[in-house]
Amino acid sequence: MSLETKSGQIVGGVLAPHPPHIVYGENHWRNEPKSECGWEVLRWGYERARKHFLEKKPDVILVHSPHWQTVIGHHFLGLPEFHGLSVDPIFPNLFRFQYDLKVDVELAELIAAEGKEMGLITKMMRNPHFRVDYGTIVSCHMMNPDWDIPIVGISSNNSPYYFSNEMGQAQMVQLGQATKRAIEKSGRRAVLLASNTLSHRHFTTEPEIPEDMSREHVYEHSGYLWDMQVIDLMRTGKTKELIAILPEFMDHAVSEVKAGSLAWMLSALDFPTYPAEVYGYWTVIGTGNAVVGWDPVLKEQAVSQAVAR
Amino acid sequence: MILKAYVVPGQPHPLLAPEKNAGWASLRSSYEAVGREIANSGAELILVYSTQWFSVIGHLFQVDPNPTWTLVDQNWYEFGEIPYSFRIDPEFGKLYCRLCKEHGMQAATVAYHGFPIDTGTVVALKLLNPDNAIPASVVSCNIYAEREETRALGFAARAAIEAYGKKTIVVCVTNLSNRYEVAEIDPAQDRISSQKDDEWNRKLLEMLGEGRLEDVAQVARDFAREANADMGFKAIWWLGAVMGEHNKYDGKVWDYQPVWGTGNAIVELTPNERKQMDWEKEFDEGPIQTFAAEEGGTGLESHNVLAEGPDVHAQSEMSSQDDYGAPAPVHRDDAIRTDRAPKPVGPYPHARRAGGLLYLSGIGPRTPGTGEIPGMIRDGAGSVIGHDIEVQTRACIENVKAILEDAGSSLEKVLDVTVYLTDMQRDFDRFNKVYGEYFGTIQPTRTTVGVDSLPTPIAVEVKVIAAE
Repeated sequence: MSLETKSGQIVGGVLAPHPPHIVYGENHWRNEPKSECGWEVLRWGYERARKHFLEKKPDVILVHSPHWQTVIGHHFLGLPEFHGLSVDPIFPNLFRFQYDLKVDVELAELIAAEGKEMGLITKMMRNPHFRVDYGTIVSCHMMNPDWDIPIVGISSNNSPYYFSNEMGQAQMVQLGQATKRAIEKSGRRAVLLASNTLSHRHFTTEPEIPEDMSREHVYEHSGYLWDMQVIDLMRTGKTKELIAILPEFMDHAVSEVKAGSLAWMLSALDFPTYPAEVYGYWTVIGTGNAVVGWDPVLKEQAVSQAVAR
Repeated sequence: MILKAYVVPGQPHPLLAPEKNAGWASLRSSYEAVGREIANSGAELILVYSTQWFSVIGHLFQVDPNPTWTLVDQNWYEFGEIPYSFRIDPEFGKLYCRLCKEHGMQAATVAYHGFPIDTGTVVALKLLNPDNAIPASVVSCNIYAEREETRALGFAARAAIEAYGKKTIVVCVTNLSNRYEVAEIDPAQDRISSQKDDEWNRKLLEMLGEGRLEDVAQVARDFAREANADMGFKAIWWLGAVMGEHNKYDGKVWDYQPVWGTGNAIVELTPNERKQMDWEKEFDEGPIQTFAAEEGGTGLESHNVLAEGPDVHAQSEMSSQDDYGAPAPVHRDDAIRTDRAPKPVGPYPHARRAGGLLYLSGIGPRTPGTGEIPGMIRDGAGSVIGHDIEVQTRACIENVKAILEDAGSSLEKVLDVTVYLTDMQRDFDRFNKVYGEYFGTIQPTRTTVGVDSLPTPIAVEVKVIAAE
């Protein structure tokens, strides 16, 4: 085995939004509320993304979630396992989920150490009674419903809310680089999940049947236009252009990428110049959600095709 | 019947780590004193609105009779965990929810095992009602709700309290300024994260201390913009509506402290129908927006006693303009203005009195009457080439002394001084020498700050708080 193959690597990155509705719609045994159906386009998108990336046999899934919000720096789940009941405080009627997850604490500590070396504040959360946030749970569950791969759970730092979008994003780019270095040192094969919705303006009313899909559409046209612009940049491999317009996207479409998950992942992937695969896009109570994957193998294919030409 | 209302902070620090900071300990102690007051009040219900319980789909109402869990805060877990088991009055929550629905609002009750009660509510109930002697009811804070929807939620609470017939304590859990320190700090050195936030907090607390809840509700937008207030300070709109949207309260500020840079106060408001209304003090932010979900209004506005008052807009329209283009100041008997100090360079008085204290505006060295700046050093052509900090410091303190004396106080009663120097490196020692002549034996607390410039070309300005 060559040194290169011993070195850890990121084998995939997925924009993996976390509306609890998609878990509610699939009627998994872990979730108490039951539905007739709902949000299939997203759920089918997740199925295809899952099939593609789990075939790569990752050792670990890393998830950055907007629903673990921290004031002082970037925090990591720091115990080997967490289990309990997650009740969504906003949609408790849809999401009451029994979770039981394993954490790759060694890798989490490595990322925290790399981040600290780069000047970020990082912390390990080691209270066993800590309730893992539903963003982490939904994204991980949709990518790996068997929960048989350990995760690294990373909090979302609130800097963009106190200072500016640009400042928050700059920190996330650093955290992404720290993540990449740590994965390489660890020898792990890792899949990254950016648990972000795109346009994020919600309806403030709910149909009597929450899964009534006749009521589901994007909240506003401008949000849809923004989503399509952003997705187009993903599909054409223009992630540096994408990162440049994200602060504007945050303001104009109230985008949840403000929480930094997407910037973190794109940075860890070294801002891919190869096309991303869009597995699905649909709205959830008016917000724009896309499941999008980046597979570095596509980069290698693009390079070899260029050489052949 | 509403017995009293309280504004309280929702940070876990006073509950979990009071030993780490004197201010956190003080908040803990004030919280507990209020808790004792509530226990002895004969209250039969505590109604809580917390800015930390977010909702998106309308508002949620807790109706689980006994929510039980161990809370580990997502930020402050290092300070420990908080086991809780609360006694909730589900009937009141259901009534409140039903009234909201009947008036066109989106509302739902929640009674799910393991539902995550927010840190703000947990802290407030643990400290205000430690033995669960009084049943509680809790309502969420909708992140999208604007003023009209939040007021409608408040009117519905008032109607529900009246219909339920129980003696009620209303608790509003909100921080004031909400700018956290984002790095690790030594807890013992905790302070409000900016002077601007601190000044805004104090302005609001001055008004609340006078019982002027509705006035505070009217300036909530300004406060939110200037001091990054907790959830846009919408909690005060809810509280104002619950309490009837007027200023007829006796106010008491129990405490005001920083927690990790944010502003945290405990305020008590007791309805006092006999209180003399000073309508000239009213603020009004202007035309009221329509709450789209309820065209034609909720029908709950009849609880708004402000409508019974005189037309405050008409009064403000009759006001003339002052020198600075602002409306002429309305008469307030707590404002101090004197000819023995230089004329202010903006629309503010020399000082205000509140709660037994005198709060002075920033006072410079200009000469009363002429406005000339003493201690200016000029070259042969008359151009200013420097200043004499000792002369300016002396003039500054003499101006402060005149204001204090006209307010019935004196330099000997000064408690706290903030000093602004435009050239700290050059002037500090000589400034300190003159300062010592005046305050060496009085020993007020002092903060000295270097600034780029002051509104006039002076080199020093001081801001003072003194006892009356």
